[in-house]
Amino acid sequence: MASSGSGYDLSSSTFSPDGRIFQVEYASKAVENSGTAIGILCKDGVVLGVNKPLLHKMLVPGSSQRIHTVSASSGVAMTGFIPDGRQVVNRAREEAANYKETYGSTIPPKILGDRMATYVHYFTLHGSLRPFGASCLVGGYDEVTQTPELYMVEPSGTTYSYYACAAGKGRQPAKTELEKLDLSKTPITCEEAVKQICRIIYMLHDESKDKPFELELSWLSEATQWKHKGVPKDVIASSVEWAKAQLEEEEDDDEEDGMEE
Amino acid sequence: FSASFLWLPRFHGAIAIINDTTFFIFHSNMSTIISNTNTFGMTDYEKRLKPGEVSTGTTIMAIPFEGGVVLGADSRVSTGTYVANRVSDKIAQLSEHIFCCRSGSAADTQTLTDYVKHFLSQLTIETGRQPTVKTAAHLMRRLCYENKDQLLAGVIVAGWDSVEGGSVYNIPLGGTCLKMPFAVGGSGSTYIYGLIDSEFTPGLNAEQARTLVKKAVAHAMARDGGSGGIIRTVLVTADGNDRDYTPGNDLPYGPGGY
Repeated sequence: MASSGSGYDLSSSTFSPDGRIFQVEYASKAVENSGTAIGILCKDGVVLGVNKPLLHKMLVPGSSQRIHTVSASSGVAMTGFIPDGRQVVNRAREEAANYKETYGSTIPPKILGDRMATYVHYFTLHGSLRPFGASCLVGGYDEVTQTPELYMVEPSGTTYSYYACAAGKGRQPAKTELEKLDLSKTPITCEEAVKQICRIIYMLHDESKDKPFELELSWLSEATQWKHKGVPKDVIASSVEWAKAQLEEEEDDDEEDGMEE
Repeated sequence: FSASFLWLPRFHGAIAIINDTTFFIFHSNMSTIISNTNTFGMTDYEKRLKPGEVSTGTTIMAIPFEGGVVLGADSRVSTGTYVANRVSDKIAQLSEHIFCCRSGSAADTQTLTDYVKHFLSQLTIETGRQPTVKTAAHLMRRLCYENKDQLLAGVIVAGWDSVEGGSVYNIPLGGTCLKMPFAVGGSGSTYIYGLIDSEFTPGLNAEQARTLVKKAVAHAMARDGGSGGIIRTVLVTADGNDRDYTPGNDLPYGPGGY
């Protein structure tokens, strides 16, 4: 995975002999150093969650948001270099506003994802620009098909539609857990998804090694009239309780199994 | 000596109307102009068409029904008193299921139609699905409003989409966009408001809507000098579009059909 660029990695306008652009890959590495972001497409909406490590004890809680509303019915969760992510979010807001002004209706999530991807990709083409070091998870509602959709835009400009996606430090174990949910066959509700995201984030968090963190959660669903909103604090609190109880149970199960042997 | 005084923001000035033929224009840079050109009595069309420009003094109409819309129009295009085209097609296709009826300057409305057709086809490619009538109407309205000083165009955008079914948007001079239960436009429309108000009910089916459109346009053609020729109708549904015309000697109402 980590191969040396040795001379072909100085600029994003250079291919390596084996057909890779190292600068873009290094940009993805920057994302992998940052807090985990998870998105889940539910039968009645989309839920986005980001693990925000609190780097300083003196930080005011709730500042430096990772999740932003882009249009009334679309939201973006980002991870990686936060200033880079903010730039992409600002562009997404412009695109959404421009679409509404020109065509008179809310931007469909697919088009929003495409426009963000085109923008991010542009920065991988020029020697004088560097790629964005941020991944964006885009949740939105399509008014014409009347379905919610989830996209992820990576630093290379790749965009796919997902049932569930994860980015950041804990993305591999997060993806494993999400696959276990088998969402393409058995979709869950938004409230269920909030619980699952809490469970996965807390599962990945190592008390001894990792810094304390804040969990940002947002959703858009039938219940919110398809408007992108922050998940209410009481819902988060009860979901975190549930998640912690689940994890304790699993630990107990593991201990029991251990004792039987 | 009394005058009615109106502030006109877009002209950066004010107008004081003295009598039928005299008014003052006060401009914001403090120069004052007196004008006594008598344009009272002229229609908007006559004041704003350039000499020799072709006008679709017209009757156009659209009525939605469950599952689609019916659009109807006369076919007369005139330059002053000369009928330049007596069988023109004033119902233009913007996309597979969206049409628009054109009234006003033929050049202006043809160009507007071309632009909207282009933007809609680009959008179809980008989104991968058919545009909504709301989007088409919105695009048309933006063009009409932002260029209102240069244009003389009253259009009715109507069609079918999967979100709303059949819908009709009226975009008169100036660029308002109004979704309506039915719409009429053009110089001939003034003569048939009463007829339509008494005959229209919501919940018509396709055939009833089409019959009403033909009847109303025929009545307008009988009274309006700017409307005449044949009646063209287009029936738009999810399954496709049906174009039809009623020849001038077969009108539901007129010299032949009393």
